[in-house]
Amino acid sequence: MSIGTLGLALRMLMRDWRAGELRVLALALLLAVASVTSVSFFADRVRQGLNREAHQLLGGDLLMVGDKPWKPEVAAEVRRRGLALAQSTNFISMVQSAGGAEPKSLLTGAKAVSESYPLRGKLRIAPRLNAPDAVAEGGPKPGTVWLDERLTSALAANVGDKVKLGNAEFEVAAVLTLEPDRGANFFNIAPRLMMNSVDVPATGLIQTGSRVTYQILAAGARKDIDAFEAWAKPRLERGQRIENLDNARPEIRASLDRAQSFLGLTALLAAILAGVAIALATRRFVERHLDGCAVMRCLGATQSRLLSLYGIEFLGLGVAACAVGCLAGFGAQALIASWLGSIIQAEMPQPTALPALQGGLVGLTLLLGFALPPLLQLRNVPAVRVIRRESGAPKGGAVLAYALGFGTLVALLLWQSGDLKLGMTVVGGFSAAVLLFIGIAWVALRAASSPASMRLFGSGSPAVRYGLANLRRHSRSNAIQVASLALGLAAILLLTITRSDLVNAWRQASPPDAPNRFLIGIQPEQLQPVQEFFRAAGMPLPEVYPMIRGRLTAVNDRPVSEKDYPEERAKRLVEREFNLSYMNTLPGHNQISAGRWFDPRNRNEGEASVEEGIAKTLGLKMGDRLTYTAAGEVFSARITSLRKLKWDSMKVNFFVVTPPWVLEKAPTSYITAFRLAPGSEPVLERMVSAFPNLTVVDISAALKQAQGIIDQVILAVQFVFLFALGAGLLVLYSALVATEDERRRESAIMRAFGASAAQVSGSQRAEFLVMGALAGVLATLAASVISTLLAQRVFELELPLNYALWVYGPLAGIALLSLNAWLSARKVLTASPALTLREG
Amino acid sequence: MNSREMDPKADPNLATQAAVRTPVLSARGIGKTVRSGISDLVILQEIDLQVISGEAVAIVGASGSGKSTLLAVLAGLDTPTTGSVHLDGADLFALDEDARAQLRGRAVGFVFQSFQLLPALSALENVMLPLELAGRPDAQSAARAMLERVGLGERLAHYPKHLSGGEQQRVALARAFVVQPKVLMADEPTGSLDAAAGESVIQLMFELNSQAGTTLLMVTHDEQLAQRCSRIVRLAGGLVVP
Repeated sequence: MSIGTLGLALRMLMRDWRAGELRVLALALLLAVASVTSVSFFADRVRQGLNREAHQLLGGDLLMVGDKPWKPEVAAEVRRRGLALAQSTNFISMVQSAGGAEPKSLLTGAKAVSESYPLRGKLRIAPRLNAPDAVAEGGPKPGTVWLDERLTSALAANVGDKVKLGNAEFEVAAVLTLEPDRGANFFNIAPRLMMNSVDVPATGLIQTGSRVTYQILAAGARKDIDAFEAWAKPRLERGQRIENLDNARPEIRASLDRAQSFLGLTALLAAILAGVAIALATRRFVERHLDGCAVMRCLGATQSRLLSLYGIEFLGLGVAACAVGCLAGFGAQALIASWLGSIIQAEMPQPTALPALQGGLVGLTLLLGFALPPLLQLRNVPAVRVIRRESGAPKGGAVLAYALGFGTLVALLLWQSGDLKLGMTVVGGFSAAVLLFIGIAWVALRAASSPASMRLFGSGSPAVRYGLANLRRHSRSNAIQVASLALGLAAILLLTITRSDLVNAWRQASPPDAPNRFLIGIQPEQLQPVQEFFRAAGMPLPEVYPMIRGRLTAVNDRPVSEKDYPEERAKRLVEREFNLSYMNTLPGHNQISAGRWFDPRNRNEGEASVEEGIAKTLGLKMGDRLTYTAAGEVFSARITSLRKLKWDSMKVNFFVVTPPWVLEKAPTSYITAFRLAPGSEPVLERMVSAFPNLTVVDISAALKQAQGIIDQVILAVQFVFLFALGAGLLVLYSALVATEDERRRESAIMRAFGASAAQVSGSQRAEFLVMGALAGVLATLAASVISTLLAQRVFELELPLNYALWVYGPLAGIALLSLNAWLSARKVLTASPALTLREG
Repeated sequence: MNSREMDPKADPNLATQAAVRTPVLSARGIGKTVRSGISDLVILQEIDLQVISGEAVAIVGASGSGKSTLLAVLAGLDTPTTGSVHLDGADLFALDEDARAQLRGRAVGFVFQSFQLLPALSALENVMLPLELAGRPDAQSAARAMLERVGLGERLAHYPKHLSGGEQQRVALARAFVVQPKVLMADEPTGSLDAAAGESVIQLMFELNSQAGTTLLMVTHDEQLAQRCSRIVRLAGGLVVP
């Protein structure tokens, strides 16, 4: 390639740009790249941000736990490495309300914290029960304590009251509403008293033999933390461990995973729609440049020269559009990140360059896949076309090129989205829809222009007859036009009407009336009285589940211990007791993802259903035999199903459930989740005093957080929808103008032969009306099928049937093409036929 | 026989000239047959033609006589079924399509009935195009000068759709002459113009032609226009007729 060719190609790019020939193409490319990059940027940053967020659950980046005080050199080493340090001491003790006529006392989990606690995340406190809370800077001051809501309520203590802990008296300074490193475990549940660590000696509670946990928290740069961990690990003594928590907030993870799916879907849709718009726009570009290419062939341009010139022109356009698209994507994700900033409390890291690379690659592949096939035709334009126009456009060879381009694009998008199921649903649905649309449109258009239909509709008006006849004459190009229109329209319906259905269904996953309290430790003989209590309080009877604490001791009759699992989370799961349950029917918020639900005829063999996440962590498969020990009793069951849980439903969930006959003999207590309406706290106090052994866990903060996240994530997601919507509109526009030149010429000929304005516009109206109705119906059909599939298969949401879609969809098609008919007729009727025909 | 219509082989004067001046274009035994449905359609048969440098030759005939096809074959835009064409010393159909394109770029200028200006390009850019394709660094100044010569110095930035038919054909003439071709091939150059505009374009074409000493090969059905050429070749039913 010579400098001359490069210069000329760039000049051609400029000239074609100026003439408006490339705008749709550039815009389609820009939208595709912007949506893909913004979603990738977002996913990239959120992923990194969430990893940091997980550390809030530890209160720092690294948590060291020991059953005896840490040697001073550990804290010294943390400081020496420039890491932030906090320490806490945890112990169980009785706390007593000091004032009042009837002092109350309760077992509490006391946590004494140093000044700098917590290093990650924030504590939240309120001035009194049920008052709005706020972020607290640091922990309680010396001489004061903070009590959590349960403890405040049980002790009937107010801020300013005194409480007694061991030998010391403290002033209650606040109600503790949120402890970031506590939310992870609802069952670690003695009510919390938080105090300053300098006050611990005064209580006199820590003696030799006391059950105390000592924690050291460290925070800092990743590499410094890793280096410190490497230093500390070999120095650990018996009873000491380093905790390195994975993401333990399934309810937040569920929302963000769903957001990622929504965003991935949007990016995929935008990219594929952009591909269609690019293909349509390039086809038009090529049709409009056939004459020019023939002239250039006359003027001495060789085939390879033409290909180089147009290749460079498109590449130049592609690079520029991709660059602008990347910038737009970057801007969009910055906006999304600022919206989501309040969800992810940890500071989000700077985005990496990978998403820009992915976006650029998608853009260039789109261009190569969808623009190259028609461009290649330009090379083969016969020069004789300058004399004999009917020499026409070169044909053939494009199908293979399109298939190759489409295949590459699909592979790239799957890589980018990282979600095979979502990708295949969209790509498969899209390809099937295109083929089906073309087929149905072709058959329907021929039927609409059949002699019977002409007699029926066209008998009165020659214009209508001519319009209907046109449907048949152009049945091939009309079918493609209807299919493209239906595609664009389906995307728009999907992104507007169906989107709000999906979003509502999503909101319902964590509805405002979701349970906000767990009630734990109900004894079998209390089941009846507790239910009566609920009835008497006028509250709906909550669903009660049996709960058995059991330890996993063997898998397939091979004993297991934490040493068998390298992963920290798996080690902890094996080390601790699980909450097991038994039930006859699958709860509504659970879904079988593999295997089948329990078979009552299978009474001889124990069956178990395991949550798929934990099965993955522990390496459990269908058919594995699990052995549990609960209060000295041994139970065995074979895994016959895996379950998916809706964590964001805030309902009671169990990792492992069995049919009743497997576990019913084990020592059982019951658990339930219920919703306590705001202002009903006195009911709670009555409940606690009626059933002092029950534990009420307040998850309203976690619920509020989950709902807040959903709202904000939905806002962010809808923003990215705009890109796909833009791409859908471009497809519509490209499809509408695709046959404009040809229609103008035909109408000019009609006019030249004396057709009246009414006849010209009437025939166009008849033709477009049929096409519009057809495109509208097809689009509606596609939008409802795709959205149902997406809701069920990908998002696992229940989507209600939307009747409005069936009204708006076809109407939109008819309205759109009627408008187009009017505009097109106006253009033809205002231009002189001679001029139109001369312009060719 | 009118001297203008004589076969050069039969004309002793022209034959002498031909011996002295090498023909810039020579065609031998040109035939063109296309398949139409189940039968073959003969468009051209056994056409021999020699054009000497500086000559102005009109090819005339009724519609469907094959004159445009003959011009296309002589320019190497279309391939004949039989026969050979030598243009500027090169055997056109021994060359591949790309080599023919390069030869056209070097030696031939074209003017078409439908002007064939590129609609996205201004008048100046349309005239610059062949120079740019040839990699000429002075494309802009040469094109500007040429447009001034055809009287469109004031309309350089105008697009084809903003020019009248006559003006568009002037731009086309400027584009054809700006590369100083050896042969100018014109296909019905006044076919889309009214009489006055047509006349002014034709005057300009002959003027430029004589100034540049270009060989002119023009297809027309206009007998009066043909008479202004130095020689007329008549076609009927794909054959050269007297």
